[in-house]
Amino acid sequence: MEGYLNLILRAVFVENLALSFLLGMCTYLAVSKQVTTALGLGLAMIVVETLTVPINNLIYEHLLSRGALAWLGLGQLDLTYLKLITFIGVIAALIQILEMVLDRYAPTLHSRLGIFLPLLTVNCAILGASLFMVQREYDFAESLAYGFGAGVGWALAIVAFAAIRERLKYSDVPPGLQGLGLAFIVTGMLSLGFSGLAGIAF
Amino acid sequence: MSLQRVVLDPLVSNNPITLQVLGVCSALAVTRTLLPALIMSIAVTAVLAFANVSVSLIRHIIPRSIRIIIEVTLIASAVIVVDEVLKAYAPGVSRILSVFVGLIITNCIVLGRTETFAMNNGVGASLLDGVGNGVGYSLVLICVASTRELLGTGSLLGYPVLRLVGDGGSYVPNGLMALPASAFFVIALLIWLVRSWRPAQVEVPEYLSRRLEFQETA
Repeated sequence: MEGYLNLILRAVFVENLALSFLLGMCTYLAVSKQVTTALGLGLAMIVVETLTVPINNLIYEHLLSRGALAWLGLGQLDLTYLKLITFIGVIAALIQILEMVLDRYAPTLHSRLGIFLPLLTVNCAILGASLFMVQREYDFAESLAYGFGAGVGWALAIVAFAAIRERLKYSDVPPGLQGLGLAFIVTGMLSLGFSGLAGIAF
Repeated sequence: MSLQRVVLDPLVSNNPITLQVLGVCSALAVTRTLLPALIMSIAVTAVLAFANVSVSLIRHIIPRSIRIIIEVTLIASAVIVVDEVLKAYAPGVSRILSVFVGLIITNCIVLGRTETFAMNNGVGASLLDGVGNGVGYSLVLICVASTRELLGTGSLLGYPVLRLVGDGGSYVPNGLMALPASAFFVIALLIWLVRSWRPAQVEVPEYLSRRLEFQETA
């Protein structure tokens, strides 16, 4: 149990997808002008990461990795090169299904998260988490924990960033840094702060 | 728009990273040293050119409602080829770039250009647009990576440029440049530089732009 908790903690603070691997930056910079919208996007991110990483793990383990199709008499087959196209397909399809399910059974939640879900298809933090799962050879339970942790970490980063950005709205900055430039500097400082959490563990 | 402008515009005046805010993630993550940044630039330019050309070729027969998924599939196929080529011919760099080659699929520059340009323009223009945006992206990547490698380790592409204190020189390597955070600072400074040179790109603060709208309507 402790191992999984540590995995989650590490994914949230130490290996934060946004601030130490710099993934999902396009959405991060674009949808962070208000805390409420950032929170909505963060929640959508947690749900999608927690679902896609374990599902991709199952597909990778049981269909794509070398020898996975031995029961078909295709023991030599190594389909790992298909992982990119499979993962992106799974992510796109899952987000589409999630949107329809939410629309049908939880319309209030859908109206809050709905606009963000399509955005997440091309968010590299989601594909990135699945690729890290393959690279670090997580098993199913570990990938569940990792997906959840990665989502929470990203959500934490964007909410913190949006809160800082709201405060900066009326600040007097050099014209060349207005907007995008300042956003980069603030993210850099957040990232520096997070690098101080490197040793965190149970 | 003339063909020349299609190629030259994305270099500075409509740069994908500093102005269109596309493809920022990989630009930040692979720039610790120059070599991976160079390889990444070539890979992204190749994928962009291929995706733009192939989308432009079939733009009249793609049904509007499923265009995104077709574009993503084409991009993913190109990225798989690039990934396999890198694994075969440059395994060392491929290991440094790790997941970031795969992440070219979700690099918004590629989807952004196929969606906004290749869907509406001919094959030749799309090829040039792909190459132009790829080179614009590469310029930023190379600037950031050379700054970080030079200040962080005192060398460029592994060759020593500044003599380090340890070898009897006078340069103390700047450890900050090895941290991911420095990529943000270097890009921010780059944006500042570009916008001082081209003041038309400066953003108006939100409260001011609202006031201007109000004055116009009143």
